[in-house]
Amino acid sequence: MSKILIRGAKVLGGEPQDVLIDGETIEAVGTGLSAEGAEVVEAGGKVLLPGLVDLHTHLREPGREDSETVLTGTRAAASGGYTTVFAMANTFPVADTAGVVEQVWRLGKESGYCDVRPIGAVTVGLEGAKLAELGAMHESAAGVTVFSDDGKCVHDAVIMRRALEYVKAFDGVVAQHAQEPRLTEGAQMNEGVVSAELGLGGWPAVAEESVIARDVLLAEHVGSRVHICHLSTAGSVEIVRWAKSRGIRVTAEVTPHHLLLTDELVRSYNPVYKVNPPLRTERDVHALREALADGTIDIVATDHAPHPHEDKDCEWAAAAMGMVGLETALSVVQETMVDTGLLDWAGVADRMSVKPAQIGQAAGQGRPVSAGEPANLTLVDTEYRGRVDPAGFASRSRNTPYEGRELPGRVTHTWLRGKATLVDGKLT
Amino acid sequence: MQRHLISAADLTRDDAVLILDTAEEMARVADRPIKKLPTLRGRTVVNLFFEDSTRTRISFEAAEKRLSADVINFTAKGSSVSKGESLKDTAQTLEAMGVDAVVIRHGASGAPYRLATSGWIDAHVINAGDGTHQHPTQALLDAFTMRRRLVGRDSGIGKDLDGRRITLVGDVLHSRVARSNVDLLHTLGAHVTLVAPPTLLPVGVETWPCEVSYDLDSTLPKSDAVMMLRVQRERMNAAFFPTEREYSRRYGLDGDRMAKMPEHAIVMHPGPMVRGMEITAEVADSDRCTVVEQVTNGVSIRMAVLYLLLGGNEPAQTRTEEK
Repeated sequence: MSKILIRGAKVLGGEPQDVLIDGETIEAVGTGLSAEGAEVVEAGGKVLLPGLVDLHTHLREPGREDSETVLTGTRAAASGGYTTVFAMANTFPVADTAGVVEQVWRLGKESGYCDVRPIGAVTVGLEGAKLAELGAMHESAAGVTVFSDDGKCVHDAVIMRRALEYVKAFDGVVAQHAQEPRLTEGAQMNEGVVSAELGLGGWPAVAEESVIARDVLLAEHVGSRVHICHLSTAGSVEIVRWAKSRGIRVTAEVTPHHLLLTDELVRSYNPVYKVNPPLRTERDVHALREALADGTIDIVATDHAPHPHEDKDCEWAAAAMGMVGLETALSVVQETMVDTGLLDWAGVADRMSVKPAQIGQAAGQGRPVSAGEPANLTLVDTEYRGRVDPAGFASRSRNTPYEGRELPGRVTHTWLRGKATLVDGKLT
Repeated sequence: MQRHLISAADLTRDDAVLILDTAEEMARVADRPIKKLPTLRGRTVVNLFFEDSTRTRISFEAAEKRLSADVINFTAKGSSVSKGESLKDTAQTLEAMGVDAVVIRHGASGAPYRLATSGWIDAHVINAGDGTHQHPTQALLDAFTMRRRLVGRDSGIGKDLDGRRITLVGDVLHSRVARSNVDLLHTLGAHVTLVAPPTLLPVGVETWPCEVSYDLDSTLPKSDAVMMLRVQRERMNAAFFPTEREYSRRYGLDGDRMAKMPEHAIVMHPGPMVRGMEITAEVADSDRCTVVEQVTNGVSIRMAVLYLLLGGNEPAQTRTEEK
């Protein structure tokens, strides 16, 4: 492999420096590095981050290749600056056996656009009744470390307890989709002032918060770690903050859309705003931003959920839940966290690369931008502002809530172990 | 007036009064030997009903026919919809056949709004009830009934319901009738009180322009009209209330309770009534109960809405008398 010199990049938003990549590795970081024998990328003051890591992506393959494949999903990931995605288990068939997780893992290898780390289902068929073969998935070529029934909650307290205990044997982590099922029967949107007016079934905050409260206590009781998916309410933040103060090993993620959008948007009845957990209120949005800034919420995860057009071009109740997010995540984080002064770029690197890599044990990812480290890098033009145009997405699906919205920041280059996957905003 | 009628909340006070006044004109047509106006001759209206509702469909159909519209009735059962066709495709298919207005009843809240705002079709959209969201023509016919009874048929023309005290009792949570009525009655200057067990009130009701009470008996003497909402028996299976008997005892309207109402006060019900549940036969069949009148008024209101949306914005009087 050849050498690449990234010249004049603000590493983690600091003073401009040169970064020399040799093969798969960062050879040097400094000023005035020699460009001899290297292809030069003029960063011109763009911000250089470690390649982003998404702990929560739906790649849809196998089973729903009409909405996304591992290839299109990883291309979307590279476009958004990601070098690793964790692929959720709610495929068809469900990723609840070594065979399925190995298939997804192999498809990821073949794609070459980013590392794909399959997440294994906690229970067989996501049905919440019987533990899946967690150990077999861990020992497979896919090396699964994160387990989740995402899309469904592991609602049975005993099954959750056992899963938390069982994965300790190989330092796995259970990522909980916190949603008390009985409290959310027929739920269509956040329960509150807007749902009361619109006549849409309510998804109350307490349905999330009660499960998180239970699970942090379970994690404490059995001495396990637990990860909370897409935390969405101010009350959930308080519970996680309390749990962390007690020393409970809990980590939590927030999605970009929960950092920006509120349930007021549902007044349009446009299902592009339909997502699970639902968009909440302004108060929740602010609590989530504060919590991400102070570290109560550890990471940003996209919950990238592609759906075909027809599943959103319909009445609200008939529509699928979810939004694509890989290609807009960094822009939304810049808008909500950086441009508001809540987080600097080093903080963004921490929340979107370092910490998610640690939680998911993605070796070689989320590393410092320094000599000797793997060259997983993302170059961001933070001065850019532009309107989101889904027609330009690499994802197979277009169900973005940001169409036409002006957002800051644009990923121009992504390198996966020294290999460019995105150059000047174009996939290689 | 707007192009569509989706929500009672979209109506201004003047819009609403215009509809009520126009409906009075339309009601006069019903008193003639030939109950028909040529206003919508050559226009096609489709009644697109995804939910069974014979009474609302027939009411719209009667209104459309009295305005000389060509009427197509489309019910989802046994149609392409039951074979998985989308709302969008169904609507576009109908419009391709040259439909000028779509009267839609749908189980999903917001379906009429989607139909009117998604660029799927150009036709006028009239909401005939969507999920637990809105049923604006029901609210209009209720307001029309109240104005006639509480203000006066002739003396009510041009007037709203300023200061009238209206009580809605029952399953507010699942009721599009309640939502529409709260919006419209508030716009018309009435004071609205909702009475229900706390389980049948939505979280967020505190922001609505109305009072909320759990106590029917203390509200009745302060009511000019009491509207009983239907309570489906199966709600008790989902623990909204313990038993039918307990519901009736606490929130049902019987003769004793009716006697607590002021003498001029009326009892209303959007139908269909569940006798023995929210209303006793004694009350339902009494002179104070306006259920049958509401049905009659429904046709006049729907004629007025169709006329104003499709026929033009001039007051009905001039238009009808020209012809």
